[in-house]
Amino acid sequence: MSDGNQGGSKLKVVGQRPVRPDGVDKVTGRAMFGADFHLPGMLTGRIKRSPHAHARIIRIDTSAAEALAGVKAVATGADFDTGAGGEVEAGEGATAVKEVAANCLAMGKALYQGHAVAAVAATSPEIAAEALDLIEVTYEVLPHVIDVEEAIAANAPVLHDDLFTTGVTPKPAKPSNVAVKTVMGRGDVPGAFAAADVTVEGHYSTAAVHQGYIEPHACVASFGADGQSVVWCSSQGQFLVRALCAKILNMPLSDIKVIPAEIGGGFGGKTTVYLEPVALALSRKCGRPVKIVMSREEVFLASGPTSGAVMDIKLAATEAGKITAAEMTLKYQAGAFPGSPVHLGCMTAFACYDVENLALTGYDVVSNRPKVAAYRAPGAPMAAFAVESAIDDLAKKLGMDPIDIRILNGVRDGMKTVYGATVRSCAFVEMLEQLKAHPHYQTPVAAGQARGVAAGFWFNIGGESSAAVHVDEDGGVTVVSSNPDIGGSRASMAMMAAEVLGLPIEKVRCTVADTTSIGFSGSTGGSRVTFATGMAVCQAAEKVVVDLKRRAAATWECDIANVEWRDGAAVCTDPAKDVKPLSMKALASKSAKTGGPIASEVSINAQGAAAGYGAHICDLQIDRETGRTTVVRYTAAQDVGRAIHPSYVEGQLQGGAAQGVGWALNEEYVYGPKGTLDNASFLDYRMPVASDLPMIDTILVETKPNPRHPFGAKGVGEVPIVPPLAAVANAVSQIVGKRMTSLPLSPARVLAAMEEK
Amino acid sequence: MSRVRISTIVNGEPVEFLGGGGQSLLDALRDELRLTGSKEGCGTGDCGACSVVVDGRLVCSCLMLAPEAEGKRIETIEGMQEGSELHPLQRQFLEHAALQCGFCTPGLLVASKALLDRNPDPSETEVRYWLAGNMCRCTGYDKVVRAVLDAAAELRQERPR
Repeated sequence: MSDGNQGGSKLKVVGQRPVRPDGVDKVTGRAMFGADFHLPGMLTGRIKRSPHAHARIIRIDTSAAEALAGVKAVATGADFDTGAGGEVEAGEGATAVKEVAANCLAMGKALYQGHAVAAVAATSPEIAAEALDLIEVTYEVLPHVIDVEEAIAANAPVLHDDLFTTGVTPKPAKPSNVAVKTVMGRGDVPGAFAAADVTVEGHYSTAAVHQGYIEPHACVASFGADGQSVVWCSSQGQFLVRALCAKILNMPLSDIKVIPAEIGGGFGGKTTVYLEPVALALSRKCGRPVKIVMSREEVFLASGPTSGAVMDIKLAATEAGKITAAEMTLKYQAGAFPGSPVHLGCMTAFACYDVENLALTGYDVVSNRPKVAAYRAPGAPMAAFAVESAIDDLAKKLGMDPIDIRILNGVRDGMKTVYGATVRSCAFVEMLEQLKAHPHYQTPVAAGQARGVAAGFWFNIGGESSAAVHVDEDGGVTVVSSNPDIGGSRASMAMMAAEVLGLPIEKVRCTVADTTSIGFSGSTGGSRVTFATGMAVCQAAEKVVVDLKRRAAATWECDIANVEWRDGAAVCTDPAKDVKPLSMKALASKSAKTGGPIASEVSINAQGAAAGYGAHICDLQIDRETGRTTVVRYTAAQDVGRAIHPSYVEGQLQGGAAQGVGWALNEEYVYGPKGTLDNASFLDYRMPVASDLPMIDTILVETKPNPRHPFGAKGVGEVPIVPPLAAVANAVSQIVGKRMTSLPLSPARVLAAMEEK
Repeated sequence: MSRVRISTIVNGEPVEFLGGGGQSLLDALRDELRLTGSKEGCGTGDCGACSVVVDGRLVCSCLMLAPEAEGKRIETIEGMQEGSELHPLQRQFLEHAALQCGFCTPGLLVASKALLDRNPDPSETEVRYWLAGNMCRCTGYDKVVRAVLDAAAELRQERPR
């Protein structure tokens, strides 16, 4: 099982397309999401938010609100106790506890419109709303800054007096909005540019975009008189919620039980907390359960979008199309607190390509916007937009096919990335070859349309995971996962267990446990669950198989070496014994007599995640009167290692592509002159709907299974959002007749560019 | 909040509840009747997660006031299953893996059923435009559209015109 390279033909469950174990709940309305819990005596919590983009909080007077009948508790940032602070690992990177706390309830300053400043818990939504109006906040409005270049400028309003740029020596004398300067590179970049046959360069920008999960953040918190508390919430990590609540409220971890609700989409945006510590603080004050649910407007105003970015790029190449050097500067919005994924942008920018000489500089820049949160391959899509646009320019300049130039420069096993990792189990080139041979690429572009191609990379991670396998007395099996199931992972967990145990999938069910019912696990993020938690599931199932073989050997009074596990039954290979195989059911029914319950729990720190590579083709057309772009055909290829449940892998490719198309064409945070958000609704923040998109064809490339995973799985969830920005923009640029360098390519922007031309 | 007695038929069963003020039909379904299958994604009629059928008409229940339901017949996701049998749409959604997180799924199913009740043989384009009021952020709609088309074909076989 651990040789990692089983032939696909030998597998009976992995690679099939069974109905997911939680499917019926999801199509009948039975599934319980964050806002669906109701407890006796439960109160409604609401949050008062800053109307200003940047303001000092002089005073918060809660007395009138507290005096209102039906109001049971009022909380402000003063109710938090973060002690020494510190950091908590949050899926795609560490997060500073004090900043998470100050984002949940402001401390001293409101740093963006919508920043939470106070909260109430009341007996009805109407009373809670009235109480919010009665809270008087006295603000000293400060000058604000929204744009990343303006935030870097010397005379910009500074958000944090104690923020000194790290990554520069000597330490700056004055605080600024630049939190971090990241520099990475190798080789002799100026020398390579001096020797280049051809160069291209460009200045690119992308807008801040929201993850756009349809379920707003929601939780219920109930504080017990002895301190033992329960939190039900929609999140990507119950253990992360527990850790942040404990640190922010100075409570022991073991006093907080976090029960993960079904999660209505996250895409990285639910790898932090906004409501849970607030609800728990309110519950602690009044002793009643408190539910808080965000409105959609609050989701846009106060939960994490991802960074808008400004990037400058230069490529040097030979006449044959080999890229010899690249120089790139990336400036990413962090929002109100440091922590943009610009370092990940730097690391991923050229991860698909073998470029000898590289110089990358990244700036993490705070401004009066909501603090960014992880969004699917954080930092990579923006960087790839610039890189893949520049490569498109290079291909055009040299008259090369866009796939051929990527094959020529593509990474292969054994090469070194700029961040030091060695490329392994990489099918980037095979994937491009399959994409080139696909009927979509072989079909000539239709009249009036254009075709764009782009590639993308994501690391994928492993990390800490736990899983248990319980054999029931009737021979059925329950798999206990430690990770919220955001896109069908219960199906892949159950399938991997069924494969190891030799059972039909219908005999294996899977559940997601709360923080008290399974060992620790990192969050659902980094495309890690099927890899890392899946590895824990396989190991737990393998331990169960060993135990079952031991029990069969004892029953038969033979050596365990003479027992094999085949198709869900123990088989005796000792020719001296004339015994029939013992099925799972037979062994399970006699478990009390052979050693007691049959179960295994495994906790691991999974190593050996393999990176993922994708490349997309997009055909589109533009209405010359309105500037509106319509995608007419789309194909996404990806190096997936091995697809455990191919339908859900295809779904990741299709969903990521759709999000990327939205990022490319329509989505953006639009700010007015006062630094307030003009489009905090689904009507004005326009995400793709069914009539905006064609079918999205997929190619799952399985030529290089990951040898470090029992079935060869690589993470698949994040890669697919990386290529679409440039795949779309490369096609739009052809029709417009000039390089389109700013996203989104909204109708107005495209129309203006066509008229300018 | 002034509350009034509201009498409706929900999924074929007579139901009475107290509601009113600014309460939406969605809030009444979720908070008074505990029918939490209908979801609030936006509260402004843009996402369709709260889709229900009222007297045969597909509506966003977040945009309708609870007292407006007086005397009306309401169909929600909880009533789609027939006895212990899934509706063909529900089954096709599962077989096609036409859901990932599943939050928009109840609204998509209610809206899809309303389409097939009117038009048993929709084209892909008709499905896409009918469902344009139901946002899904996970799937990119590909498998959703295929599931609806296959369910339509299955229903046509079951109930030849």
